[in-house]
Order: sequence, then C-alpha cells, then structure tokens
Amino acid sequence: MSRIAGVFAALRQEGRGALIPFVEAYDPDRETSLMLLNGMAENGADIIEIGMPFTDPMADGPTIQAAGRRGLLAGATLKGVLGLVHEFRRQNRHTPLVLMGYLNPICAYGVKAFCEDASAAGVDGLIIVDLPPEEADLVLPDANANGLDIIRLIAPTTCDVRLKQVLEGSSGFVYYVSITGITGTRTASAADLARDIPRIRAATDLPIAVGFGVRTPDQAATVVAHADAAIVASVLIETLCKESPEAVIRDVRALAEGVKAVSKAA
Amino acid sequence: MNDHTPNSLRSWPDARGRFGEFGGRYVAETLMPLILELETAYRAAKADPAFQAELDYYLKHYVGRPSALWHAQRLSEHLGGAKIYFKREELNHTGAHKINNCIGQILLAKRMGKTRIIAETGAGQHGVATATVCALFNLPCTIYMGAVDVERQKPNVFRMKLLGAEVIPVSSGAATLKDAMNDALRDWVANVHDTFYIIGTAAGPHPYPELVRDFQCIIGNEAREQLMEAEGRLPDVAIAAVGGGSNAIGLFHTFLDEASVRLIGVEAAGKGMHTSEHAASLNMGRPGVLHGNRTYLLQDDDGQILEAHSISAGLDYPGIGPEHSWLHDIKRVEYVGITDDEALEAFQLCSRLEGIIPALECAHAIAHLVKLAPTLGKDKLILLNLSGRGDKDIFTVAKHLGTMI
Repeated sequence: MSRIAGVFAALRQEGRGALIPFVEAYDPDRETSLMLLNGMAENGADIIEIGMPFTDPMADGPTIQAAGRRGLLAGATLKGVLGLVHEFRRQNRHTPLVLMGYLNPICAYGVKAFCEDASAAGVDGLIIVDLPPEEADLVLPDANANGLDIIRLIAPTTCDVRLKQVLEGSSGFVYYVSITGITGTRTASAADLARDIPRIRAATDLPIAVGFGVRTPDQAATVVAHADAAIVASVLIETLCKESPEAVIRDVRALAEGVKAVSKAA
Repeated sequence: MNDHTPNSLRSWPDARGRFGEFGGRYVAETLMPLILELETAYRAAKADPAFQAELDYYLKHYVGRPSALWHAQRLSEHLGGAKIYFKREELNHTGAHKINNCIGQILLAKRMGKTRIIAETGAGQHGVATATVCALFNLPCTIYMGAVDVERQKPNVFRMKLLGAEVIPVSSGAATLKDAMNDALRDWVANVHDTFYIIGTAAGPHPYPELVRDFQCIIGNEAREQLMEAEGRLPDVAIAAVGGGSNAIGLFHTFLDEASVRLIGVEAAGKGMHTSEHAASLNMGRPGVLHGNRTYLLQDDDGQILEAHSISAGLDYPGIGPEHSWLHDIKRVEYVGITDDEALEAFQLCSRLEGIIPALECAHAIAHLVKLAPTLGKDKLILLNLSGRGDKDIFTVAKHLGTMI
C-alpha cells in the first residue's frame, strides 16, 4: 500500500478526516521550508503538499504567486526541492509528501529522471496543474513505474462524463478545486460541498481532498464533514509573511484540531 | 478535426491540437471543459455558411477589407533589387491585422451565448481591436496589459478606455505580455460561466492557434489573389514579423504547400541575439510548455521562463505560436532576428520613402527586407506583411531618437 493510501486507511479506522497543509518550497529560504515541513508533521499535518516554484503559476492567486517568486529568488530549483524532501525523509518516514507544480520545469528536468529522482527522494505523489488527462500520457507511465501517485484536479466545471476520464489514471486521492477561480480567493460554502462531493463520491473510491479558499479551522471542519481531507495553503503563506514560521505551526495545530473535532463514520 | 492529408502542410493541427509535437492543451482542469466547448462551437461555426457570411459582412463593411496590395516602388528602387509589395493590413479599421481575428472571435462568443469579453494585450493593438468589437457588439470588455506596456503604449490605453473597455495593468513578473496573459487566464478561470477569452495571437491551448490562424488567413489569401492579378504569379519570398506569430501565419499559410515560395519570419533580436535581452524564441529558445501549448520558449536550465525584450511591445513575448515552432523544426519557414536598432532604422526609412509609418513590429520585417532585397534580382517578387501602423509607436521612437514630443 502506498504511503498516501496507508494514511487514509488509518484515518478511516480512526473515523476522522485529514489535514493537508501547504509549503511553498524555499519561501523565503530552504531552512524555513525544512523547519515548516518538520513542524507541520509534528503538529497535526497528515499529508503535506509542497509547492514547486514556477515563474508563471497560472492557476494561483497573488499569495502563492508571491511565495513562488520569493522561492525562486532564494534559489529554488526542482533539484533543490527534491533535496529538501530527501532531508525531511531522514527524520520522517511516515508523512506523505505531495509535490504541486507546473509542467515546464518537469519537462526541463526530464520527465523520466524527475519521476525516478522524486521517488528516490521520498515523494509520494504529484499534482501537475497544467497537465489535463488529455495530455497525461506525457507523465503517467514514468510516474506509475516509480510508484508516484498522480493526483488529479477536479473542478466544478468538470461534468459527469468528463469526471470518469479525469479519474482514470488518478491515484492517491482526488483534489477537488471547490471554486471556479484561482487559489486563495473565494471559499466554497457547506451547501456547495453538500451538493458537489456526493457527485464525485459516486464516481470514485479514492479519498477526496478539497482545496482553494479553505482558511479557518471552522472551514476545514466543514470540509472534512463532507470530504476526506482539507488542503490549506494561501492563509498559511500569509501568516508566514506577516508573522513567523512558529505562527504557521500554531495555525496548523489549530486547523488540525478543527479537523479532528469532526468524527466520521468508519 | 481537420482532414489530415499527410502530403499537405496546411492540414494541421491533428485531433489533439498538435502541429507535429507542438501545440496541445496544457491547461488546468477548470478550463478544460471550456476549451472543449470552444472547439465544438468553432467546428460548428466553421461548417455554417451563415457564420461565414456574417464574418464576411463585417470584414468588408466594418474592417474595410480587402486591404490594399501596394507596390513599394520607391523602396524597391532604393534597395536596387527585388520588386517589393506590401500587404497593407495597417489600413484596416483600428490600424492592424488584429481586428480580423477579433471580429471572428466575438461572433463566436455571441454564438456561444457569452456575455463578457476578456483579452490580453502587448502593444495594445489587440486590446484596441478587442475593445472596438466589444463596443460594436455591446459587450463588457476587460483588457489585461503589462504595467510596463501601459506606460510605453499610452495612446492605445487611452483608445481602449474611450471605447469603453476596462484596462487592468498587470505588475507581476516583467509586467509585459506574458504576465498579461497569465492574469487573463486567471480571470477566465474565475469567470468561466459567462466569459469568452479573445486570445490575440496564434498561441495558447488548442483550438486557439488554429482558430486565430484561420481568421488571419484572409491576409495571405487576399494577397495571393492580388499578386496574381498584378504580376500573374506567386511571390518568391514572403516576409512577416513574428511575436506570437498571428500576422505571419496569416500571410504564410496559403503558401505552405508552394515550394517555390520562400517564407521568412522575423523575430525580435532586441539588443542582440547573443545578449540576454531579446525575444527570439525560435532562434535562442527550446521547446517547453507555457500558456496551454508546447512550443519554443525562452527559458533557463531549470525550465523557468525568461523575460523577453524588444523595443516593440507586440513582439515582447518569450514564446511563439506552436505552428511556427513546427514550421521551424521542419525547416519550411526560415526564422531570422532583427535588433531594436535595425528596426528603428527601417521604421524611419519606410516612413520617408513610402509615406507609411509602420508599426515597430513590422519595422522588424522591413529591416530584414532591407538586407534581403538587394541580394535578389529585379525579376524577384517579395511580399511583406505590413501588419500595423506606427502611430502608437511614435513616442517610443522619439525617445530613442532623443526627441521630446
């Protein structure tokens, strides 16, 4: 069983949802990212999503755009991000790590080499924002050969017919982009989720994570009441900017408590 | 899907929206259903004679087509070689070829029931053309434009506002065309239900490169017919400037299968191809994925996109349309570079000899023509796409010549 599947299976036994916080690699430097990864894993993160900085992050709002720019200024490269993962894995073998990014840097690295190196470093899954199922044959064979889950985005615009196509070749979990928009802007309501999640649930056995616009422990709790995991990104980057890495860990702890407060049928 | 005739270069893209290995649909899932819907709607429109008739009506009575074919006699004499013809796209309403595509896309938007239009713009020509058709069809219009371009293309910003468009300056990245396109895509993701994105160049996710090319093909189709009438034959050379490449593909497409016609695309070499400040994606870049398509890009070793540079805001883009990438790889089209300084010289030369102030974009094509024409015999014909007028550029040029306006 993959590390991601293992975590969701254990949480199902426990009867609760997962918290997936986000770290933009090298924002504002490598050391801070490593500290955040360790701190999040020790304070309630069930899985961690790591952003790979790109100059042109088309699906991201101003907060993650700025974080990516800071990461690039601090010298982030894909090699550097994999090094970060490798170092984290020396101390932590259990927390799944998912890399989120855009296709071009992966193509520049070489898709095969990237999948091999990512797997060797201890990466568990990939979210490639600008790789729809129509183009997925570019990455899927190498990801599969190296045991990397390909986590697909599903949007409110994804119709039922298309849903099947998107889910085919997906593994680990599915990432429901709960709003039509960019990261860190609007927030889906409980009513939106109550309407949308069952539609996806009917089409897949994979756990469903919800992201884009999840900011508070209450919102995270609402999300896991309907879905299986809450992904929180932009608000943590804002806290990092305005306050400190310690404040981010504090917020992750609070978000984890929000998630744990919701008990789900096993 | 096009009928794919293996022995024709004019039958691409394939069913996946690819020109060879280039093109495709590399967009986030939120946009994917829209891209597919657009493709379906475009196929239906293309097959509908009523759509074509409506398009023809606006092109004739509103844009003022056909645009003239001009024998540039003084320039031909001055250069002392080949006989030069200009396809006068700068005579179109709004002063450039961009309107051809905007009319086509807004008619498509109407057909699809979309009620809001967005666009990106570099030099502002596409922004002005989009704002114009939005005024004509009474649709609200938002234009994304790099903050640097807003500054260097003030007259066009004011034109767009006069036409009722909202102009949003984009300050991320280099604050030029690439960044404007990022923000336009972000707007589209957030407003998928009512918004149509009028992309200005033959790039972006499939079907845009095909659709924009089809709407611009009228340039080459008309020029071919006009030249047959004037000279009784095809040109020996066809030249056009390439940024994203819509005016060039519009001119070239009709000649792709004519082996006797040499096709030359002129990239912006900025301060020199071997400096870090240019926009020569084909000559100096490598294939990658940006803005929904696989194409040649200016990028570093880590796949991060580099900032382009050109004196011409319309050429200041680190990518290029995917069909050009393919035509480059199969060596059907030659792509050369022209520097800022060479373009400035050509800008002045054309103004003085022909009484036509060209856009800085096509001043690049003219600069290459200046090099090429004297090397060819007087019996040779060169067809150049004069894709836009230079009124918008007089402030930039004046500044470079040390004159205050």
